[in-house]
Amino acid sequence: MVARVYAWLDRRLGLTTIYSTTLDRKVPKVNWAFTLGSATLFLAVMQGVTGIFLTVYYVPHPEQAYDSVNYIMNEVAFGWLIRGVHHWGATLMVVTVFLHMLRTFFYGSYKYPREITWMTGVFLLLVTLGMGFTGYLLPWNQRAYWATTVGTSIAGTVPLVGPLVERILRGGEGLSALTLARFFSAHIWMLPVTLLALVGIHLYLVVRLGISHIPREGE
Amino acid sequence: MAGAEETGGLSRRKFVTGMLAVLGGTITAVIGLPAVGYLVAPALKRSPTDVWVPLGPVESIPIDQPTLFTFSRAERIGWETTATSYGMYVLRSPDERYRVLSNVCTHLACRVVWKDDPQDYTCPCHDGHFAKDGHVLSGPPPRPLQAVEHKVEEGILYVHLVEA
Ligand code: FES
Repeated sequence: MVARVYAWLDRRLGLTTIYSTTLDRKVPKVNWAFTLGSATLFLAVMQGVTGIFLTVYYVPHPEQAYDSVNYIMNEVAFGWLIRGVHHWGATLMVVTVFLHMLRTFFYGSYKYPREITWMTGVFLLLVTLGMGFTGYLLPWNQRAYWATTVGTSIAGTVPLVGPLVERILRGGEGLSALTLARFFSAHIWMLPVTLLALVGIHLYLVVRLGISHIPREGE
Repeated sequence: MAGAEETGGLSRRKFVTGMLAVLGGTITAVIGLPAVGYLVAPALKRSPTDVWVPLGPVESIPIDQPTLFTFSRAERIGWETTATSYGMYVLRSPDERYRVLSNVCTHLACRVVWKDDPQDYTCPCHDGHFAKDGHVLSGPPPRPLQAVEHKVEEGILYVHLVEA
């Protein structure tokens, strides 16, 4: 029965082909450092799921953001767990992204024909940092507030365009409800959608080109 | 390699598949149950109410004319205080008897309004009509308007607000 249902679906969807090209593809003999990309992908999915769950209760309003986070932490069943995973997952993801990049760099895996994989990877690094930066403000506590004050001020030190960039990031002169709302929008819509598109290209290229082997002496 | 199958033992492939199923099931439960709990938690929280609410002195209530009394109660829901409003129609008969009807339509909970012409309670949502004593005249409502327990003490009319 199961086999017949599978066969019916497979003829229409090509499931076996998808499986064999993505998961059954040939890989060179590599080491554990080559699992960092998958680890990052896993964390990204985890962040997406826990993040969606957090939006069930979180409100991006200066008067309610802190209270709603408190509510998640202290009153909702398993709220502490969901937010905890999101919080620590974010930190861990930045770590795995960096290690993944270092591995790619030191094994020279960014070379022909994988330059575009590397480039999308660089943008993925930036988007990941952007996720961390925008997410940091959302609890709207003292640390979040001042960290964002400092972070946006740093953007303001760029020659010529700095002050304008700072104002755009903040949605005006200082931190306000506008800052919170636009950071929220960036955190749950703009950056994740960008991330999704880039991950799509990144993974397509990994499957299409295969992964590189560990360089041998003299290469 | 073929040894296990021939002797009726567990093949390595079967063992790994079984372990993966057990592990997968455990992980799904460990992640799934908290996720469901997280989503439904506020819905399971109940705030039982059992209070007598004073509506006002009886002498000010017109005789034989359904009169709407409203009041609201504040409650902390989530991280915010939310006010819930209630409406009750009071009918005072000439012999000093009272009939208190909730203004919540028994169809799908819209609020009914007393109309002097044609002397009935009209529900604006699906055109339900109730008579002065609350029974259904026409439209989709399945039950008469809910009668509310009440009492008069020292000239003040009280209603009994009960919520499970
Ligand atoms: S809700 Fe009153 S008629 Fe439907």
